[in-house]
Amino acid sequence: MADPSIGLWTVPLAVFGGAIRVSTPFLFVSLGECITERSGRINLGLEGTLVMGAMSAYGISYLSGSPWLGVLAAGITGALLGALHAGICSLPRVNDVAVGIALMLFGTGLAFFLGKPLIEPTAPRLPAIDFGWWSDIPQVRAALRINVLFLIGVAIAPLLFWAFKTTRWGLLIRTAGESSDAARAMGHSVLLIRLRATMVGGFLAGIGGSFLSLFYPGSWNEGLSSGQGITAVALVIFARWDPLLCLWASLAFGGAAALGPALQSVGVTSGYHLFNAAPYILTLAIMIITCSPKRTLTGAPAELSITR
Amino acid sequence: MTTDAAEGGVEAAGVAPAADVGFLQRYGASIEYILIPAAALIGALAVFGLFVAMYGKNPLDLYFYMYYGAFGTWFSWQNTLTRAAPLILTALCTALPAQLGMVIIGGEGALLIGALSATAAALAMQGAAPIVVQIAMVIAGVIGGGLWITLSGALRQYRGVNETISSLLLVYIGLAILNHLVEGAMRDPASLNKPSTREIGAANMIGTIPGTDVHWGLVFGLVAAIASYILIYHTTFGFAARVAGGNIRAAKIVGLGVGKLILTICFLAGACAGLAGMIEVAAVQGRTNANLAAGYGFTGILVAFLARQNPLAIIPVAILLGGISASGGLLQRRLGLPDASVLVLQGIIFVFVLASDALYGRIGFLKGKS
Repeated sequence: MADPSIGLWTVPLAVFGGAIRVSTPFLFVSLGECITERSGRINLGLEGTLVMGAMSAYGISYLSGSPWLGVLAAGITGALLGALHAGICSLPRVNDVAVGIALMLFGTGLAFFLGKPLIEPTAPRLPAIDFGWWSDIPQVRAALRINVLFLIGVAIAPLLFWAFKTTRWGLLIRTAGESSDAARAMGHSVLLIRLRATMVGGFLAGIGGSFLSLFYPGSWNEGLSSGQGITAVALVIFARWDPLLCLWASLAFGGAAALGPALQSVGVTSGYHLFNAAPYILTLAIMIITCSPKRTLTGAPAELSITR
Repeated sequence: MTTDAAEGGVEAAGVAPAADVGFLQRYGASIEYILIPAAALIGALAVFGLFVAMYGKNPLDLYFYMYYGAFGTWFSWQNTLTRAAPLILTALCTALPAQLGMVIIGGEGALLIGALSATAAALAMQGAAPIVVQIAMVIAGVIGGGLWITLSGALRQYRGVNETISSLLLVYIGLAILNHLVEGAMRDPASLNKPSTREIGAANMIGTIPGTDVHWGLVFGLVAAIASYILIYHTTFGFAARVAGGNIRAAKIVGLGVGKLILTICFLAGACAGLAGMIEVAAVQGRTNANLAAGYGFTGILVAFLARQNPLAIIPVAILLGGISASGGLLQRRLGLPDASVLVLQGIIFVFVLASDALYGRIGFLKGKS
């Protein structure tokens, strides 16, 4: 058993800390995907982007000694993969879902290939801010060691909400997503808007990947992401393309994903794998509850192929 | 995919009125279906060569070893065909639903569940005659995998849940179930380092085709591909499926039971992948463990797309991709390339194949003069 002074409180505490720690990649990928999907295109390749981001962040952090350069490199890698996705999708008669699947395989393959020499060395990690200084209980302090990236992600969500609602760029993205004809009639290139939206989406997803390798779990290996990218894409759908809902959904997911390790820490080891699958089961369950065959989802961009 | 086929049909009908139709006018569309994927493949190989050159290796060595490791000797041919067997089946898992316009990418999950069910059946029937056990394994694998993908189809039909995402989520859930059972209820206590189920028994293995090292799974795959081809292109059921895939509203108006079509096709698709899992257990591994998640399900998606979702074309494409993965070991040993290089090449091929979709109907010389 864990520290007797707090007993079974370890579990909710670990879930809470885990929610913050584990949710960060979900948060970044879902916010990025939110931008891309609002512009009328779906990028299923963010799973590959996440892994490539994790690999490049770890590599650059190791080579340069600066984890923040690693984060930047991850973002740039993600943006390049986004540009590749948008570039192929802008060809006539090319299906964005299929391109996403291709880039998912390509991204993970490339990351494993280039990341081979990075499994051994240790790269500098991202620092954490200690919000638990007031407490004497080690579990509380551990739960409250919060990474700056998480705070940035939390800040981006309302910013994005506001930007979609009020800024010119937000309006353009939404127009492209609701009716490409309308955007064209306004004299804008839909392909260009979607290219930019996909690149920004890739940038954020890459940063989400850097969190995986540079903070939690904090190393590079080939099992680093198993489906977090695709879960985050699904998350956008039931967050109704709303950045603020993406934030709450990510936190819920982080908590679900932290359940397995938390239970293990108090000695519950049976069903470990099943608890690890909790985020996927939760995603599926929420999709079953919220989707309906009768109507398209409220808030769905009309141009989005996947909801039609 | 279906729109391409439809456009090709319209085009062929449009240029066919005169009696003196040229060769290109008559066969241009068919030639396109071979020429464009072939060009995409060559383009992908060229880019991969450049990539490997940047890695400091000679691309010509690369191509030679790839050829040698895949098709150079009888030994490598056997290795290639052994790998092609599950690829044919997992590709069908994507290609069959594609006829209905559905994108299912969860073949890996159905493969794992099929393997698990087949193993459970074999372990439950220890002592029965091998042929009985083998038939039970096939049935269990087919039903396990079939129901797994039917779940995605049913969610799509009755709840409107996107089948691409649900099938992929089910891969991770399937893997978790497999790990849970293999490390728990079904674990062989003797398997210490690599948790596994007990062996199904040497007598119950399905063995190899006489005179080769290639297991009977290849024949399973060939039969499944040919049967799927006949089902899709030469039966009323297949016709109904293609109508529904082309225009779901029209299908409903003429009274086709779309729900039934979706569920049946999804079951057949999952059954194929489940069969692949059964074969991996009964012909290769002899037991179930995490080794089964070797990515055949994901490579199968690529095979299906490269074959343009045509069940017959899947056979040569699966052999080609089986060859690429068979050559991976040689690339690792002779050139010192990481084992992931096969994944990179597969990803590049996939990207090129999809981009090449834009070329259909646009190659000037294939249209002939009109």
